[in-house]
Amino acid sequence: MDRADLLSLYRQMLLIRRFEEKSAEMYALAKIAGFLHLYIGEEAIAVGAIAALRPDDYAISAYRDHGHCLARGSNPGQVMAELFGKATGLCQGKGGSMHLVDAQRRFMGGYAIVGGHIPLATGLAFATKYQRLDLVTVCFFGEGAVPSGQAHEAFNLAALWKLPVIFICENNRYGMGTPIQRAVALYQDVAESARSYGIEAERVDGMDVLAVRDMMRRVVEPVRAGQGPFFIEAMTYRFMGHSMSDPAHGHYRTKEEVDEQRKRDPLAILKETILSKRLGIEGDFKQLEKDIGEVVAASVKFADESPFPAPSELYNDVLVE
Amino acid sequence: MLMSYREALNQAMREEMRRDSRIFLIGEEVGYYQGAFKVSKGFVEEFGPQRVVDTPITEAGFTGLAIGAAMAGLHPIVELMTMNFGIVALDQIVNNAAKIHYMSGGQLSVPLVIRGPGSAAHQLGAQHSQSLEAWFCHVPGLKVIAPATPHDAKGLLKSAIRDNNPVIFIEAQLLYGTKGDVGDGEYTIPIGVAEVKRAGHDATIVAYSKMLLLALEAADQLSREGIEVEVIDPRTLKPMDLPTIVASVKKTGRLVIVEEGWHFCGLGAQIAESVYREAFDYLDAPIQRVTGADVPMPYSRPLEDAAIPNKERIIKAVKAMCATP
Repeated sequence: MDRADLLSLYRQMLLIRRFEEKSAEMYALAKIAGFLHLYIGEEAIAVGAIAALRPDDYAISAYRDHGHCLARGSNPGQVMAELFGKATGLCQGKGGSMHLVDAQRRFMGGYAIVGGHIPLATGLAFATKYQRLDLVTVCFFGEGAVPSGQAHEAFNLAALWKLPVIFICENNRYGMGTPIQRAVALYQDVAESARSYGIEAERVDGMDVLAVRDMMRRVVEPVRAGQGPFFIEAMTYRFMGHSMSDPAHGHYRTKEEVDEQRKRDPLAILKETILSKRLGIEGDFKQLEKDIGEVVAASVKFADESPFPAPSELYNDVLVE
Repeated sequence: MLMSYREALNQAMREEMRRDSRIFLIGEEVGYYQGAFKVSKGFVEEFGPQRVVDTPITEAGFTGLAIGAAMAGLHPIVELMTMNFGIVALDQIVNNAAKIHYMSGGQLSVPLVIRGPGSAAHQLGAQHSQSLEAWFCHVPGLKVIAPATPHDAKGLLKSAIRDNNPVIFIEAQLLYGTKGDVGDGEYTIPIGVAEVKRAGHDATIVAYSKMLLLALEAADQLSREGIEVEVIDPRTLKPMDLPTIVASVKKTGRLVIVEEGWHFCGLGAQIAESVYREAFDYLDAPIQRVTGADVPMPYSRPLEDAAIPNKERIIKAVKAMCATP
């Protein structure tokens, strides 16, 4: 483990954390509207998984997608501008929070029909196999998507055709306000759903970015080499509400539970590792806070000062000309 | 050269797949079974199972897979065993295929053809006899094609395959065996261009897919009775070639729209609205629609016959209009 590597992972997680906090603030100021689903608490999964990818591998996500997009290296200003609905946003303001796309960075999008993007991931993997490219596709989704029919159809096709896709289930224990034990029959081991199709599956601590990256590094090459798909269940917890319309706790979970879970903060866990291995000092974290604070502030400034799309944009890009 | 509709489709796909290795065919029974309606006869032998991909019975899954593959640069042709099963894949078609280009601000595109037979055949019951083109036409981001003749089927399928948008290509079980002259050699027919299939001056009939054949039969009989109707096949349902229809209506002053789909919110209602807007002052009578009955398709033959437009109903509609001075 080297210092630069660990601090870089920390920096990426910190960027997501502060970006999300700022998004919530901007939502309160009505700069951002619609649905806004924050990734706070789950940062280690996107950062750890994407750190094990090559830049030309594909990643695709569901609607809680800011973290994956930022971890893929997207420009925070363009992401924030997209949340603001501005012309300078990644998708020129036409996608919004749930539909970020950065094709140049092989981030193939956020999708907001639960389970509906999982077949798309198998398709990306099908294409790379068809094209004889040694690329993998990583597909992020919540545990709430696992019982959906489209997920199962995609698991079956991926296993049947040995497609180079890694399914990453971010198990944050709640599908909106419904706890997993009331939604998923195999709630104690959701990976069984994938195993039942012959997909190898393992569970990882989704609060530990190094554990996530280690597991990904272990599985990505066999998948790349054509040994078929893999399913990772990353155990995590959503520190905030499902979206901006519900509080961090509420009728479906207690404040005590949330407080208890917040003790295992993925940023604190990595920080502790860095400090205990004497690979960094408090001053490093202060400096990162300062740097990221500036990046996030700049993203807001960029978004705020950017123009809204011109009315003439309305009918553009409905069809490819 | 004389060829069946089925052979024309086969030839179109074969020529395109020979030309461009990004194109592959995927669907239930498209490979070793040779296609449920034998449209892909000989394909797996020529192109191999990598490009002629048999799937499990999971329309949402394999349609979604094809959309993902298109996003990564391939040009899939999805065969739905029947368009009815498109309902199972509708989330993929409407929420992903149709929207990804727009939602991504033009970064991603989905060059994809989804094809298969729509409309009723004979006594297949309510779940296998639907004409769902109005559903697809309603969705921004899709193109919809429904050719009636082998020549049009070949030329339009080639254009659909070369298009960089998701295209719904609706065939008909009862058309597969019909024969017609197909142009020799390499040709395509542009998407969005209607064709006047028969010239006339007393009334205009707009009809597509297998309803075109009925309209032409009706026109023959009306001609013997001294009424000359102009028959227009839009061929592409979206984008629809309204100028050709409007020009004809301005000439004839009367319009009958024939469709096999359900009456309420059918495609004919949309065409009528457009014609009223563009040519109201030219109309000598209210526009008539001949449509499928607003019922789930019954199995029993007499009931089924009563639910589907026929030649007599078209003739009656034209005569009712022509009686108006």
